[in-house]
Amino acid sequence: MDYVLSLLGPLAQGATVTLKLFVITLALAVPLGLVLALARTSRWRLLSGAVNGYIWLMRGTPLMLQMLFIYFALPFVPVIGVRLPDFPAAVVAFALNYAAYFAEIFRAGIQSVDRGQYEAARVLGMTYGQTMRRIVLPQMVRRVLPPMSNETITLVKDTSLIYVLALNDLLRAARGFVQRDFTTTPFIVAAAFYLLMTLVLTWGFQRLERRYAKHDE
Amino acid sequence: MPSTTSNDHAGAAPMIEARDLHKAFGHTQVLQGVSLSLRRGEVVAVIGPSGSGKSTFLRCLNRLETIDRGHVAIGGEVLATTDAEGRCSYAPEAELRRICCKTGMVFQHFNLFPHLTVLQNVIEAPMVVQGVPRDAAIARAEALLAKVGLADKRNNYPARLSGGQKQRVAIARALAMEPEIMLFDEPTSALDPELTGEVLRTMRALAQEHMTMLVVTHEMGFAREVAHTAVFMDQGRIVESGPAAALFAQPRHERTQGFLRSML
Repeated sequence: MDYVLSLLGPLAQGATVTLKLFVITLALAVPLGLVLALARTSRWRLLSGAVNGYIWLMRGTPLMLQMLFIYFALPFVPVIGVRLPDFPAAVVAFALNYAAYFAEIFRAGIQSVDRGQYEAARVLGMTYGQTMRRIVLPQMVRRVLPPMSNETITLVKDTSLIYVLALNDLLRAARGFVQRDFTTTPFIVAAAFYLLMTLVLTWGFQRLERRYAKHDE
Repeated sequence: MPSTTSNDHAGAAPMIEARDLHKAFGHTQVLQGVSLSLRRGEVVAVIGPSGSGKSTFLRCLNRLETIDRGHVAIGGEVLATTDAEGRCSYAPEAELRRICCKTGMVFQHFNLFPHLTVLQNVIEAPMVVQGVPRDAAIARAEALLAKVGLADKRNNYPARLSGGQKQRVAIARALAMEPEIMLFDEPTSALDPELTGEVLRTMRALAQEHMTMLVVTHEMGFAREVAHTAVFMDQGRIVESGPAAALFAQPRHERTQGFLRSML
């Protein structure tokens, strides 16, 4: 028991790295995903085609590869090449990758809103922006909550990939103790941390779903 | 053809003027030269079999559908027109929005905003589009909801309403934008028979207030009793039109006769 308690401090430190990556990724990927979804549903073929290609690229290659590329290869790319420190490199890779998944979820949500809603907004004189902001997106939010809940839970666990950039996240910290102390107990403690995080997320999403379901009652 | 459209005398111009509208979906000609004009305060019922193009015609008047050829003016302002070479052009987008706000529309499937309460549905467009202050929008909405008999439902979400109630909210929502013309696209077709009465009563009250109304409907009783003018459409053309009483009593055209027989 004392051993477990002695692990809590260092693992909590790892968990803050995990949480930081999680929160920053979410804060960047959700708005970016929304912009991509709107571009993807736009009538402008070139734009929607470009976004389509982007989504294919980001979903079609491993996140770990993207992360390694941004950290190791990007500095040598002409024009856009920049050398990013390890954590920012991970954030950029995660945000770009998750934005692609979010974009597809948002697109499905936007397209599931009945055509009649657009027509009603249109005959009331609303512009495209007003229609999206006031009518379509509020209805979309409710429909994307379940898949978003899935995706954010996956994100919590995907954060463990940053060990390849030698960042001390929760899982890497636990592995350090496993290797040092020849016991698997740190893994179990780490699992408890992950479960706690996903539990909070699950709760949060359930609350949101209930709030958005009130107009069906 | 002499043009009756003049922006200088908007009051004298017809409320709706549609000339020679043509519209095709792919290879299907839906409208093949439909012309109709409505005076202020006139109630016109458009009847006809399904697929006759009557809903499409209505939707061309507020650019829910675009026409391929023809001329549409609302309250004397040109929405779309066709030049001598046959090129059809629409007014700029901002103009279109402004002109189309002269018409309110009621849909077959209501199209209420499900995430907003009844009151929010009615105040939304006045606040967002017209910039009406919240208090004034609410006052206007409450008066309209009282008029359609749903003042007590203001805080309900649409999911809690019956079809007839939904349609009456939709009418209030359209009226909240203070349109000069109301377009009704089969407003009772999605309703259970016992619920059509309440919607038709609301529409009748509107007609008595001299609202200009264009109603696509299968309710022959309503068309005969409330409309001044009845228009029978078939295969993308107006087959016959005239005073409603006369058209129902003595249809001149064979197809009108056949249609009316099948409806009664």
